[in-house]
Amino acid sequence: MAQTSLAEENASIPLSSSQSITLRIARYNPEHDSAKKFMEFNVPYEKWTTVLEAILEVKKHFDHSVAVRYSCRQATCGSCGMIINGKPRLACFTKISELNSNVITVEPMNNFPIIRDLAVKFERLFDTHHKVKPYLIRDDTEITTNTKEFLQSPEELEQYIQFSNCIKCGLCNSACPTMATDSSFVGPQALAQAYRYVADSRDKGKDDRLKIIDDSHGIWRCHFAGSCSQVCPKGVDPAMGIQLLRGYMLGFRS
Amino acid sequence: MRESIIMKIHYGTALAAVALVAVHILMRLTQGFAESLEYDSVIANYKFIPYAGMLEIILILLSIHGFNGLRVILLELKQGRTYEKAVSYGCVVAMIALIAYGSRTIIMVNTGMT
Repeated sequence: MAQTSLAEENASIPLSSSQSITLRIARYNPEHDSAKKFMEFNVPYEKWTTVLEAILEVKKHFDHSVAVRYSCRQATCGSCGMIINGKPRLACFTKISELNSNVITVEPMNNFPIIRDLAVKFERLFDTHHKVKPYLIRDDTEITTNTKEFLQSPEELEQYIQFSNCIKCGLCNSACPTMATDSSFVGPQALAQAYRYVADSRDKGKDDRLKIIDDSHGIWRCHFAGSCSQVCPKGVDPAMGIQLLRGYMLGFRS
Repeated sequence: MRESIIMKIHYGTALAAVALVAVHILMRLTQGFAESLEYDSVIANYKFIPYAGMLEIILILLSIHGFNGLRVILLELKQGRTYEKAVSYGCVVAMIALIAYGSRTIIMVNTGMT
């Protein structure tokens, strides 16, 4: 049985591939290591191979102890965010062939505490996300009354629809320069979600949310570097959401 | 004070300062640059109340804008309740001290103390 399973594992290696890359994986265990170090693996690939698949090949055939978080493999769950060749990206959404490099370096996301290797803690992101009340606030709800669904025009939907594509992968927070220095900053992910609900015509919690983000580590600490919008794999533009929220606070929007 | 009010003041002081400093530079161009910095010329400017008033307003605007900018930078560098309170109050005190020192010069000139 053991031989059979080994044969099956070996069969998963893309032996037909004529190309290979050097995959450099950052290894760091905060309980034992004082600094991050890199391990290199030679991994074969096809033109459709993603960085996540390459990491899983390493786990399967070279070193099973590499720590990585992943789930859906289709850019929906937001689990496999990491720094790939210096830029925050989803490993499952990044093909090796599109990186145009023979050496691929993967590191854990910046601005997140490291659990081990490529896996990081998401507590801060989820805390700030909850802080902005990411749900519709109104006195009457569909649950307690027998009213119809809350209708919206296409124009009203257009106001916030792109922001509802957020998958909470944390790449925007990882790219944000303010997050790097200000440990209390609410972050582009939460601010974009605050805008998503403030701009929703069904929501009545605008004043609550604007009050929450209007503190010394809130919306005003954004420097508008725009790196959050550059790295979003779902096409969300948090930088624009933040500027539109500022419009509400400065009285340009109501 | 809410951060949005502070930032409205921050942006407002910046815009107002740009306008008034432009007037200030234009006034300096009415005579040669070296000539405008001569002792008698400076004293004459301070004694001309409308101009001295404008300089006082520029001092107040730039002090508010500058020290709030410094407060923001310091808050981003380090966090902590005590530290943040110290930074905020420290900047307010420094701002008042600078305005008082600048105003003192104008008052001294106009009361004949120079």
